[in-house]
Amino acid sequence: MDARSTHALIRFGFGRRGAEPLPADPVAWLHAQLEGPDPARFPDPPSTAKGLTAELQDRAARRGAANAPMASPAMANAGMAAPEPDRSPVRTLFRAETGALLDHAITTDAAFRERLVWFWANHFTVSQRRAPAVPVIGAFVQEAIRPHVTGRFVDMLQAVMRHPAMLFFLDNVQSIGPDSQAAHADRARPGSNPPRGLNENLARECLELHTISPAAGYSQADVTNFARILTGWSVDFQQTPPAYRFRPFWHEPGTIRVMGQDYPAGEAGGIAALIWLGTHPATYRHLATSLARHFIADDPPADAVAAIAAALASSGGDLAAAARAVVARPEAWQPLTKLRRPQEFVLAALRAVDLPADKRPNLMAVLNGLGQGMFNAPAPNGWSDRAEAWAAPEAMMRRMDWSHSLARRADNIDPIALAEANLGPLLSADTAAAIRGAGSRRDALTLLLASPEFQRR
Amino acid sequence: MSFNLLFDKNIISRRATLLGLGTSLIAGRASLAVAAAPTQSRFVVVILRGAMDGLAVVAPYGDPDHATQRAQLAPRPMGEEGGLRDLGGFYGLHPVLAELHAMYTQGELLILHAIAGSYRTRSHFDGQDYLESGAERRLDSGWLNRAVSAMPGPRAPGEALAIGVAMPLLLRGPAHAASWAPSGFATPAADLYARIAELHQRDPVTGPAIALGLRERGMANAALADSEPDTNRGGFPALAKAAGRLLRAQDGPRIAALDLDGWDTHKSQSDRLPDVLRQLDTGLAAMKSALGTVWKQTAVLVMTEFGRTVRPNGTLGTDHGTASAAFLAGGAVAGGRVLADWPGLGAGALLDNRDLRPTADLRALAMGVLTQHFSVPPAAMAVLFPGAAGLSPMPGLIRPA
Repeated sequence: MDARSTHALIRFGFGRRGAEPLPADPVAWLHAQLEGPDPARFPDPPSTAKGLTAELQDRAARRGAANAPMASPAMANAGMAAPEPDRSPVRTLFRAETGALLDHAITTDAAFRERLVWFWANHFTVSQRRAPAVPVIGAFVQEAIRPHVTGRFVDMLQAVMRHPAMLFFLDNVQSIGPDSQAAHADRARPGSNPPRGLNENLARECLELHTISPAAGYSQADVTNFARILTGWSVDFQQTPPAYRFRPFWHEPGTIRVMGQDYPAGEAGGIAALIWLGTHPATYRHLATSLARHFIADDPPADAVAAIAAALASSGGDLAAAARAVVARPEAWQPLTKLRRPQEFVLAALRAVDLPADKRPNLMAVLNGLGQGMFNAPAPNGWSDRAEAWAAPEAMMRRMDWSHSLARRADNIDPIALAEANLGPLLSADTAAAIRGAGSRRDALTLLLASPEFQRR
Repeated sequence: MSFNLLFDKNIISRRATLLGLGTSLIAGRASLAVAAAPTQSRFVVVILRGAMDGLAVVAPYGDPDHATQRAQLAPRPMGEEGGLRDLGGFYGLHPVLAELHAMYTQGELLILHAIAGSYRTRSHFDGQDYLESGAERRLDSGWLNRAVSAMPGPRAPGEALAIGVAMPLLLRGPAHAASWAPSGFATPAADLYARIAELHQRDPVTGPAIALGLRERGMANAALADSEPDTNRGGFPALAKAAGRLLRAQDGPRIAALDLDGWDTHKSQSDRLPDVLRQLDTGLAAMKSALGTVWKQTAVLVMTEFGRTVRPNGTLGTDHGTASAAFLAGGAVAGGRVLADWPGLGAGALLDNRDLRPTADLRALAMGVLTQHFSVPPAAMAVLFPGAAGLSPMPGLIRPA
């Protein structure tokens, strides 16, 4: 069996699914996944309209039960599971959409394409820890990320920055220009409402995490000015269906300077700023570093970063070109250099045992228990791509525990055949011997899923 | 949220024996078993992630500019329902913090204000990295881990053990730290664990983690055997209580680190802050009660990566700032006071015309605790806090024994 074929499934996908065919030409197999529109077909695809409509239903229900006890925001902040099953339209929608996303990752034949969707969704993290974002997290992946993973970065950036999920998550929906018509109107009515104004959260994280990164050397004034440019980028629940809306009344007037560039007032000024940021060489270096860290090594080789950044620069930020540049790096074909994060580990395990949908465990709960709940990153910088964040003793123990749980569900599998099919030449002699020597199928399968090589990708 | 403990090497080997692990995992047990008893001092670090608004939590109501600058975020006056809890005439504690106020009254809570790390970045991620590294750049290890190696006595460098789900940078480093948290998964038999551990024993990443995880599970199960199950086992109060029980155990850890996030109050701050403050307040009280008499030997350092803007932003919240407040709680702490060189809140006093100006350094605070509570020699400070050569340990934090 060709080690490169097995490795391609593990490194660039979510691991081999059961006995899925091994690609005869792994590079061609990877390249083919970067062509054409996204192959994912969800029977009931998420959308902003659906999500925000569910939010309106929730609000109506809450008004109807104004005195009923509600989960506290602090519990949501702390990432705690709701104490009782939450059947609100928003939570129901979120569970269904997240479940469909997990099912797709477990069953897809184009796992590299899907890995890119998960990678970019983490680059532009939105999390359920900010409750208003929850109804549109599924829509965010579907509308702002998925269509652009083989397109241009600057297009993805614009889609993200105008998506209600990001506007809610980083508090831009009510950010109002200090010199806007709305602020003047507030001041003309003293005593009615406190005057509204700027919120710089989205502007700061866009510079720091999404685009140029602190290496580019922006100042506090650049952050504040960029926040002024983004005023009025908001969400409108009054229109049908509710959607993103630019509110001129809230927007800061006048020309505003960010990093030496002047931008005119209006939504066009913000778009121009995003185009400048989204095509900046510092952004390409930042993206190249993240891609190399994700697909190659925790400390990515400088040559690989430079090559990926060059592919981005010469293609105008084409993310398919960047993905091909990753595949072209010899370091990317060094097997098992990366520790699988809990989501990657769980998806690889589910693909390996290839259970029918009705026999799969509730992965949302499993992932919360393993410390990487779906769309539950603690902060806007998303999930870490370094082993030390995931290799804590209790974290590794829980992988062992869960492997044992999953093994019970897959008791009619031949563990040694599965180990050979799944890991091919990457299966170590020690692990193979331990599986052969196990006292039960369940123990044998636990040993495979808990083995060192299965923790790697 | 994560929860982590450092263990003395003696306990590791003892527990390894109890668990019946393969001999390769307990190599060196004989030499470890004869080591002298470890220190009786306990130290807990709680990191409030997301940047706590120090001015909302410890309000300087006596400052003449306080009410104007805080505007809609100004607290209710003392004596009113939901008003501040007084701290002696100038500062007032947030009304939710009843337990912390009681500790203050009993002389067990020292409050520090206008304090910050050395960094002036307003990035959460850089700020937290530097706060935990103890340096003005991100290192691969945290100062608390390096401090374990620097403590006098039987703790040999690289021989400490820790336990938990995630490992904060604060505790990463040469001394092996373990992590612990209540697990919801069913666990395999010890024999299967032992075979898994054997497969990993030569793996540089997963090998030590699994070996330490196994030992920690045994230790924690013993220390927590008689505790009632908490309804919300993942919550901060429950973890803080478990930390107290583990730290109280005679053969338990001496150092623990916890996180509490949810402080990034860019919007509707007055609605968001009480819940997370309540978790902190009940959590520290639960830890105190679980520690029992050992509370007398305990210091708990509570700190955040930076403060928030003095004035409210446009959405009734606050944006990223610089100086904040910090707490040092515990029976060993010389508390009952607010320690601050107050910089003032007038427009001219603010840093960059927006932030509370720092007049004290978090590293000097940590140095003070380590020297007075653990007798870490001053010479070690250059390793613990590189780049802090100009700082000296803050004096008078710990009660004389």
